[in-house]
Amino acid sequence: MTLQTPEVAHIEQSEKSDLLFELPKEKLIWLLEKMCEIRYFEEKAEDLYIRGLVHGTMHLSIGQEAGSVGSIATLAPEDLIIHHHRGHGHTIAKGADLTLMFAEFLGKESGYCRGRGGSMHIADIPGGNLGATGVVGGGIPTAVGIALALQMRKTHQVLLSYFGDGASNEGEFHESLNMASVWKLPVIFICDNNQYGMSMHVNRAMNIDQISKRAISYGIPGFSVDGNDVLAVYETVEGAVAHARNGHGPSLIDCQSYRWRGHSKSDRNLYRTSEEINDWKTKCPIRRFKAVLVDAKILSKAEVDEIEQKAKEVIDAAAEEAKHLPDPSPENMEDEVYA
Amino acid sequence: MTQSNGREITYLEAIREAMCQEMRMDDEVFLIGEDIGTYGGAFGVSKGMLEEFGPERIRETPISEAAIAGAATGAALMGMRPIMEIMFMDFLTISMNQLVNQAAKMRFMFGGKCSIPMVIRAPSGSGTGAAAQHSQSLEAWFINVPGIKVVAPSSPHDAKGLLITAIRDDNPILFMEHKLLYGLKGAVPDEAFSVPLQSAEVKREGRDLTIVAYSIMVPRALKAAEILSEEGIEIEVVDPRCLKPLDSETIINSVAKTGRVLITHEAPVTGGFGGEIVAVIAASEAFDFLDAPIRRLAGKDIPIPYNRILEQAAVPQVEDVVQAARDLALEGR
Repeated sequence: MTLQTPEVAHIEQSEKSDLLFELPKEKLIWLLEKMCEIRYFEEKAEDLYIRGLVHGTMHLSIGQEAGSVGSIATLAPEDLIIHHHRGHGHTIAKGADLTLMFAEFLGKESGYCRGRGGSMHIADIPGGNLGATGVVGGGIPTAVGIALALQMRKTHQVLLSYFGDGASNEGEFHESLNMASVWKLPVIFICDNNQYGMSMHVNRAMNIDQISKRAISYGIPGFSVDGNDVLAVYETVEGAVAHARNGHGPSLIDCQSYRWRGHSKSDRNLYRTSEEINDWKTKCPIRRFKAVLVDAKILSKAEVDEIEQKAKEVIDAAAEEAKHLPDPSPENMEDEVYA
Repeated sequence: MTQSNGREITYLEAIREAMCQEMRMDDEVFLIGEDIGTYGGAFGVSKGMLEEFGPERIRETPISEAAIAGAATGAALMGMRPIMEIMFMDFLTISMNQLVNQAAKMRFMFGGKCSIPMVIRAPSGSGTGAAAQHSQSLEAWFINVPGIKVVAPSSPHDAKGLLITAIRDDNPILFMEHKLLYGLKGAVPDEAFSVPLQSAEVKREGRDLTIVAYSIMVPRALKAAEILSEEGIEIEVVDPRCLKPLDSETIINSVAKTGRVLITHEAPVTGGFGGEIVAVIAASEAFDFLDAPIRRLAGKDIPIPYNRILEQAAVPQVEDVVQAARDLALEGR
């Protein structure tokens, strides 16, 4: 793929993608495994919430699994991500320990953030996940600084900075993309476009049809991609990662998908129809990728079912283990405020 | 205190010297902000630094205060030691999401598994005719945010020593530089030295009354003390230097000694940091030694006006300190 500035490319339909035959079989299996883990993790987390075991709220990305998995699959292990409140998918794709994730949801001392952050703020700093921000767009300026450090230290690492369609209307988005472009920083801005900023549809929130068109004003490459097609996401992000790693600077990727669940647990879905939700459910990224793999005879029906079943078991075991971990103590709670 | 061998430099030069010495010693320290290169910064603090350190480390930005704060926060998260210069403290309002919701929170929110070693240098205060949007003292906003420390030096010596400490500290630190102090001269050691945070200093000893003052109010309090000394009133001036964490002990000891205390700052009185100092004293053993009510002398609850007469009337001047201190020293005698 060649990256053109300032043209905006629209990438879709990878059912016949060369990637199916170029990527090692293990990688294709990994893509399916991770998407299944994310789906079952979030279903399990929702179940724990309904049972009153999870405090507060949570933001589920069910339906958007291809975006996080397809993009993170392009990274080297030492590469980094920074993301947002709907961040379970990125966290799992970046290799988080599922038990420690559940432990954080349950507010446990051994959770990723020792029960201080919860579902909305999971970070795995040694694993290259530099944390989820709960303020819409708040991670984008921080991403500029992370990428600046990578550039100043000449590490050849890259950073994926995730945010939502709503965040792309924040002032911080504009300042950050401009600055990252001026300095040619090694960061890829990925918009997890799930069509709604809480209850407001993108069509009511902006007067353009593709968020990637905003790339033109920063003089960086922009792409809109079918975010329910894991191979299309992979292909798009892979090109942008190479562009950044080679010192050519950032790209903006509009990864178009849909969240099946509400914005958070308080959402009663008053702003959209069940027909719309059901229509998107027919575009399920997991079911779609399973069919692609089977049709291409890369895996048998039995093999994909087994991957799915195994993911379920892994999730159930992690959740069960996390339930029995100890709670934190309020004693010395102030200790972590300052270094 | 480190000996200075009598060399005198300005507050502005002391800040520049602290940055230069730390940048020579540690490659991870860099300065980021608007017009800090050839222009030398709006107040000339970074003049000449571009020539020595180059554009990578004297990193000029577009006018984007949120992204500047984010760039500093993210680089600090990666272990670098950015010094962020905001052109006027007032513009930190545009950076607040990064500073308050990101920089101050990340360590705690992520379970203590990261740190954010950054300095936010902020020219603050009134007296330059810059009116309401370029004259504020917003320390109280930051003091009320756990995760941020706040420093407000009043002399060239303290500016250098505290800035070096702040750069070496592993937390986000707001470093307030009063614009009217930039030209103040004083003795400053040549070498890199550090003044510890949470170390108030008794700037003048006295038996009759304690004035707790910081930033620009310290020279004003010292001048007032000089004037009142001629009237036989001996004033002790305590400068907290670092507002958070606060060295309450030095303040409490002084008040226990004098039995009277006036707290003064330029920021508006309501919700200002003076109220916190009042509470610290009132809840301490010094309360039993008080011979008069605790008094505050702070900025009026108004935006800073433009006109020179109005501007001076908006915040405490030397004569206001003299009058308030005299009244309090004589109260009930």
